[in-house]
Amino acid sequence: MISKDNYKYIYIRKLMKYMVTSRRKFIKISALGLGGLATTSAAFGLFKTNPLLDAAIKENVSKKLYRSATYCEVCFWKCAAWAYTDENNNIKKIIGNDDDPHCNGRLCPRGTGGVGMYSDEDRLKTPLIRTTVNGEQTYREASWDEALDLIASKFKDIKEEYGPESFALLKHGSPGSHLEHLFKAYGSDTIAEPAYAQCRGPRETGFGLTFGSWVGSPEPTDIRDTKCLVLIGSHLGENMHNSQVQEMSDAIDNGATIITVDPRFSTAASKSKHWLPIKPATDIALLLSWMHVLIEEDLYNKKYVEKYTKGFNELKAHVKTFTPEWAYGITTIKPEEIRKTARIMAAAAPSVIVHPGRHVTWYGDDSQRSRAIAMLNGLLGSWGNRGGFYFKEKISIPKYPHPDYPKPKWGWHDLGEQYPFAEMGITSEIIKATIPNEDNKHPIKAWMVAGTNLINTLPQREKTIEAINAVDFLVVIDTMPMEITGYADVVLPECTYLERYDGIRSATNRTPSIAVRVPAVKPKYDSKPAWWISQQIGKRIGLGDYFNYNDFEEVIEWQLNKLGTSLDEMKKIGVKHFDRKSGPLFLKEGQDYEFYTPSGKIEFYSQQLANKGFAPIPVYTAHPQPPQGFYRLNYGRSPMHTFSRTINNPNLSDLKSENMLWVNPKVARILGLKKHQEVWLKNQDDIVSTFSIKVRITERIRWDSVYLYHGFGHNNKKLSRAFGKGISDTELISKTVVDPLMGGTGLRGNFVSILTENPHKNSEL
Amino acid sequence: MRYAMVIDTLKCVGCSDCVVACQTENNVPHGYCRDWITEAVSGSYPSVELELRSDRCNHCDNAPCVRCCPTGASHIVEGGIVLVTGDECIGCGACIESCPYDARYQHPDGYVDKCTFCHHRLEKGQLPACVSVCPTKCMYFGDLDNPNSEVFQLLKNRKHKTLAPEAGTKPHVFYLI
Amino acid sequence: MQEELFTSGRNIPNIDPSLEIWHWPISVYLFLGGLAAGLLLFAAVVTILGKDKDYPTTVKYASMLPPVALSLGLMALVYDLTHPLYTWQLYTTIRLESPMSWGAWVLLVTTPLSFLWVFSYYSELFPKWNLKFDFLKKFEQFLKKNRKNMAYALVPLSIILGVYTGILLSAFNARPLWNNAILGPLFLTSGLSTGAATIILLAKSAKERHLFSKIDLALIIIELGLIVHMIMGMYAGSEVQLDAMNLLIGGEFTLMFFGFVVILGLIVPGILEALEIKGYKIPVAVPAILILIGGLIFRFVMVEAGQITRYLY
Repeated sequence: MISKDNYKYIYIRKLMKYMVTSRRKFIKISALGLGGLATTSAAFGLFKTNPLLDAAIKENVSKKLYRSATYCEVCFWKCAAWAYTDENNNIKKIIGNDDDPHCNGRLCPRGTGGVGMYSDEDRLKTPLIRTTVNGEQTYREASWDEALDLIASKFKDIKEEYGPESFALLKHGSPGSHLEHLFKAYGSDTIAEPAYAQCRGPRETGFGLTFGSWVGSPEPTDIRDTKCLVLIGSHLGENMHNSQVQEMSDAIDNGATIITVDPRFSTAASKSKHWLPIKPATDIALLLSWMHVLIEEDLYNKKYVEKYTKGFNELKAHVKTFTPEWAYGITTIKPEEIRKTARIMAAAAPSVIVHPGRHVTWYGDDSQRSRAIAMLNGLLGSWGNRGGFYFKEKISIPKYPHPDYPKPKWGWHDLGEQYPFAEMGITSEIIKATIPNEDNKHPIKAWMVAGTNLINTLPQREKTIEAINAVDFLVVIDTMPMEITGYADVVLPECTYLERYDGIRSATNRTPSIAVRVPAVKPKYDSKPAWWISQQIGKRIGLGDYFNYNDFEEVIEWQLNKLGTSLDEMKKIGVKHFDRKSGPLFLKEGQDYEFYTPSGKIEFYSQQLANKGFAPIPVYTAHPQPPQGFYRLNYGRSPMHTFSRTINNPNLSDLKSENMLWVNPKVARILGLKKHQEVWLKNQDDIVSTFSIKVRITERIRWDSVYLYHGFGHNNKKLSRAFGKGISDTELISKTVVDPLMGGTGLRGNFVSILTENPHKNSEL
Repeated sequence: MRYAMVIDTLKCVGCSDCVVACQTENNVPHGYCRDWITEAVSGSYPSVELELRSDRCNHCDNAPCVRCCPTGASHIVEGGIVLVTGDECIGCGACIESCPYDARYQHPDGYVDKCTFCHHRLEKGQLPACVSVCPTKCMYFGDLDNPNSEVFQLLKNRKHKTLAPEAGTKPHVFYLI
Repeated sequence: MQEELFTSGRNIPNIDPSLEIWHWPISVYLFLGGLAAGLLLFAAVVTILGKDKDYPTTVKYASMLPPVALSLGLMALVYDLTHPLYTWQLYTTIRLESPMSWGAWVLLVTTPLSFLWVFSYYSELFPKWNLKFDFLKKFEQFLKKNRKNMAYALVPLSIILGVYTGILLSAFNARPLWNNAILGPLFLTSGLSTGAATIILLAKSAKERHLFSKIDLALIIIELGLIVHMIMGMYAGSEVQLDAMNLLIGGEFTLMFFGFVVILGLIVPGILEALEIKGYKIPVAVPAILILIGGLIFRFVMVEAGQITRYLY
């Protein structure tokens, strides 16, 4: 370990040592004495080379690092970053791109820990094909050719026997877009992602019906300039969507008032001037009551409402009776608190944001709750105003030429036709259509799953597994041996985002920008990028025309040239900005503006809803509350993990390796629970958690709920760090209430009891 | 010159980016850390208070670890930074026992390791890795002897605290509260 | 309710949830160091007072133990280092503020001296085995002549050694249980007491046994006083010190501390020794062994419990 040079250095150190005790002090004292003379700019860099520098660190630092442009794929905020590699092609670190509006040079922990996605030794390493040995099902390693040939033959079989529409794609993230291209070329539009019906869908419907515009991602919230930020069950800070959290921090610096509505004392609640510890499932009552106060006290933004909205009188009549006193009985929030917070919002208006939230599939009336949030923003005039919502813009990426897609006979839209306001495929409808049923007009016979671990994503796990058992063929593409891979007929190892090209990132922001993803290193093991997988399958099933390139690099290069830049330039800068073309970020005083709603106005009263037989203005409906001995199962995110996909990441597992069950001290006393005691959960349908979870007794949680971080409790032993750590909330969510507008599955109506005895004592896991 | 770190607990969300950034910057082995996140909850529902903060070596003026080190491996360099010279450390653990912040650990290679304020980055005029990545910008770093520095101004104008001041170590990581 | 926790990033081996940096070798070393200090001090004092002929066990037989104890102690100490190949670094510098450095240097001087001391008695201890070389015989004669000088050196060295075993711990104000000035004298007293007990155990004459029973009784009384003093001090201290004290008087170490250290390790042997002095027939091995076991357990308790106590988290 010690080189010759080091010996010399140690020897010199020894010689110095006899003077050192006092000499070090001397430096310190002299430094203290002279410190005042240093100028500001000289705060750094005053060190001369320091012989005392630890050799180990020196070695690390002296290594020359090369950087390559990428954008992050650990969550889906897609921050642009630089991946630094050393001369041995080890990825050493990942640092945010200073020019990127998604991160401003600062990644979140997951982005910084993205190194672990690459280095995780548990990664899928080679294609696997299900086979039977001595009557036991197992996987055998296969070559890419063999695996792809098999998949291609299945694509052909399904098409011949049932039509291409019967092959469904369930996906998330960047691989999704490459495979979507394959599926559309193949003739299937049977595509869905959990990010819609299990996450953001309802808010897009609610805001779409009100403002005629989706919220989208990143959310067009002007948080940095807001005077008042209202969070309804949305836990920014734990939900680590980067620039949004950064802007919340700026808002705190600027003295903005934060109001948080959450039954749990979230991180955001701790940063709030007003925390309203609401009784779970009663948010709509509070929202209606806030609107009541704004209107009755004449606090709403009159000019704005008059100019840009429709249906105010209907709304006024509707909320007339929803007094804070009425809401108090439902929400347990004191009337004066409701009035006070409404007045604060009004005083800040239009620089106020009632945040749309992100994961909003809670109780089944989520589109209506999102609409109530949108309407509250409408009353305050925040949409299109500084400190509220800006008019977002993105640049469209030219389509690389390919033949037109064939028109499928049916697709996601037909599967979700009973939900008139669904605008994307609904995963749960795909499941329904997969489970054999005589009335099923559109039976699904095969699945491809890419980048999403359906087992830990979808509620009603039994149904998911039933559907999986029913398909003729299941192929899973992932980087990690997630639970879903264990159900596949063929598993394809995808390389990580650090090892591949992907589509150009173009997202809605204040100003349009693009970012590229360039491989920092060659794919590890025998893994391949999703674009290559799509292309190889495409070629094998006669769709070569759709993949007219040797390397996806050519596609990006072509697109970048069309955009007036080049791959070479983008490799150097990573992110490029473009001018806005759609007009200013905010409304000018008295400016005419047409919203993309049928009336061109912000719709307080929705004729669209009325026409379909839904409440045109949201109403509060009571949802079940936990019975005696049960607690509402609430779940959320820890800032260092993305769903279940990062739990095994060596860097992020170091930060948090298991989840804990938050229990109010009162509950702990009643049940006799001790700190860190291991318990099991059993839900209202008698589903018992596979693993145990440690108790955290904390005042941050209400007595009628328990809380845990989502994504833990992996049961695939191949995830060596994640296996058996904590429990999975998803497995306990067996009851869902479906949103009648858009098919979202409300996930927060499950109740659990706490078991202190191991329910699996007599059964082998 | 006297380096100091100032951490605004009113902004910190405890995301732990500082921890990962330190890990990748300084090759901290898995299972160890030079910084970490502490959460302090007080009060009772619904009157609860929560403090989140990033903790690390406090680079004390009166550093017990330096005093008790029998070989001089632990020492203070210019700017008041406490460092450990790995190949002078015998791994006796005295410094670990002496630290009221439990900020030191035994590296799997035997020597004692801890936060260096990213001394090697400072030499190049860069901020410590943790400070440079913090998404909430709740961490500040600079020269406390310089009245124009951000850290000096923050401590002058904002209410702040240090950890375990009763231990008498004169720490140089400050928390705005 | 107050709750403080590492919410992420912390689970360092041997440090979380509580320190386990110093393991059993440290306790053993502290015990052996104290024992050696006691034996050497008694041997030196007896020699200086010119009573070496009256108390042969003290100066001759029992002092065969310190070199063994110190060597074993050093081995235990090095065994607990995580970077043991760098142990020589201890002797490249003198760190006045570091008890560990003091200890290293004192051991460096005392251990050879304790060997020389035994060697000066070689012919008396091993009359059957003659030294083969003349220069060794000369060397023995030389040492024999200088025994008193060695004794003069050993008095301060053994006191430093004994006190140091306590100061090593008390210098850490980060560990509230250790951080009190009583620990130095307490460990010295305990070390002397174990030394006296060893002499009692080995002594052949009733005279020598009785003298050291008296000395040991006095030491036990002083030690009990110091323990009371320590607990009272912590009782009057800050919250962290109260927590530390609670580990001893109402926590997981209470049985070990009161049962094995205070009652079986001090009070019972004290009473037995007092009875023995009064003339009752008591097998002297019993109190002596109790004291030695008590002394060892005392160090285990202090090292282990001390590492649980902390200022933060």
